[in-house]
Amino acid sequence: MENPVLSAQMIFFAAVFTNNILLANFLGMCSFLAISRDLKSSIGLGMAVTFVMTVTTAINFVVYYYILVPLNLIHFRFIVFIIVIAAFVQLVEMIIERYSPLLYMVLGVFLPLITVNCAILGVSLFMIIREYSFIQCVAFGTGGGVGWTLAIVAMGGIREKLKKAPVPRGLEGPGITLVVAGLMSLAFMAFSGMIQMQ
Amino acid sequence: MIEILVGLAAMSGLTAVLAALLEAADFWFLDYGEVVVSINEGEKEITAKGGGKLLDLLADNGIFIPSACGGRGSCGLCKVRVLSGGGMVLPTETPYLSPEEAKDNTRLSCQVKARNDLAIRIPSEYFNIKRFKARVESLANLTETNREVRMKLLDPTEMNFKPGQYVQLLVPPYKGSPESVSRAYSIASGPEDKSSVSLVITRVPQGLATTWVHDILAEGDEIELSGPYGKFHLRDTDAEMIMVATGSGLAPILSILLQMALAKSHRKATLYFGTKTTGDLFYTDQLKELEGRLPGFRFVPVLSNVPEGETWDGETGMVTDPIKRKLEKEGGEGKEAYLCGNPFMINAAVKMFMEYGISEDKIFYDKFG
Repeated sequence: MENPVLSAQMIFFAAVFTNNILLANFLGMCSFLAISRDLKSSIGLGMAVTFVMTVTTAINFVVYYYILVPLNLIHFRFIVFIIVIAAFVQLVEMIIERYSPLLYMVLGVFLPLITVNCAILGVSLFMIIREYSFIQCVAFGTGGGVGWTLAIVAMGGIREKLKKAPVPRGLEGPGITLVVAGLMSLAFMAFSGMIQMQ
Repeated sequence: MIEILVGLAAMSGLTAVLAALLEAADFWFLDYGEVVVSINEGEKEITAKGGGKLLDLLADNGIFIPSACGGRGSCGLCKVRVLSGGGMVLPTETPYLSPEEAKDNTRLSCQVKARNDLAIRIPSEYFNIKRFKARVESLANLTETNREVRMKLLDPTEMNFKPGQYVQLLVPPYKGSPESVSRAYSIASGPEDKSSVSLVITRVPQGLATTWVHDILAEGDEIELSGPYGKFHLRDTDAEMIMVATGSGLAPILSILLQMALAKSHRKATLYFGTKTTGDLFYTDQLKELEGRLPGFRFVPVLSNVPEGETWDGETGMVTDPIKRKLEKEGGEGKEAYLCGNPFMINAAVKMFMEYGISEDKIFYDKFG
């Protein structure tokens, strides 16, 4: 079966809306549920995820096609991607802690959370399965991050409103959050099928 | 065979490159050089290597900020005022800061990193807090679950504490508890002997520190503690005192009573000590003796549960019941309340005291969960 070749812009758009990594693939749920209590931290975490996702997708592309494939080691891709992501996150944390107190204040506390965000690993693995080119990968990484941010910021906004809503006792906290996440996912399902991404 | 070797070499190589990169980054980026921390407008200045937590930096230089969680940002006790150089308040701190505290630059010292010169303000009694080495002199089981630990201070040899204050016991790693933890316990001994302190420690099922104290600690062992901490102490007035204790909450109250006995105080004071059964009462002889030495003092044990067949002619019910009757008769005007024990009792008692007209600033308590 032949894959329709999508342009980078198309992939970006698809990753944000029609194939949102969080709401269509349900990746990165843990930090999505834990940190979306208010808008401010949602935006902070979203920015951090977008940045890390874009850069690690690019790095992992290089590592995969220039190290793992020539050496016939693609079965190591999971562990290699995880190590690269973890090392990169740590490096970024050190640099922004040193040079930008403002950015550290906004993103710093969220960075350690990102190391274990499955959406980031998911994007790296998808790009391999879907056989993207480098440009497509960067577009996919950025789009995935923006899409994730969109979802968590929407959730943050909804949860801020929820604080004033009369939620039934048994559903308070994680319960109502999961229900909201489900409804958001249903809404995004309306986009599904508009763009075929395998 | 070759494939396995290539795989191993490639993976090790990749990991080594990343590790080297991080090491280099650690060396280049996280070297903050020396920083100067000025405390209380220059009362003390510390020059130390920067980059770490302010709490640790101060502790390394002999200034101990109270902290129950050991710097993980979960107890909210290590508050100091950071006047300059602290950067912005982190999201990890905001849950522990009241609006007033946020305004006057109060921060959690375990979250502030010493990246540049800092000016901070701490209560001057913190200078008095030291780390002590001590030897366990005696261990005595007061009740089935309460154990008294008496320690001789070795280095430094004396502690200047106010009766009612607490110390932090450093529990070393032991089998089943891989990391050292520290826990707060009130001092039960009086101020007449500054060279030894005793603590009353209740066994908590699966409690890391209490299991250690009850099952592992032996007489003659050397241990570490820091202190004294806390704002629970005797206020220097003539007001009548109502003292309430449950369980090991008796410890700081006993210390305060010993202080009053030493000062030959004539203040009116009634201690209500609530336990389940007679078997849970302890220090009864000492308290009876104090009744003789302190003319204004009366000791009232209150049992919540008298087993059938046992004779008990004292008070029964909740510890607050007899207090309520007393306040009903006399009113709360001009009285002071000192409470220590479990949080439920304290919340209930504080509410009751306020209903009977004892103002909030006359109610002192030490709550422990």
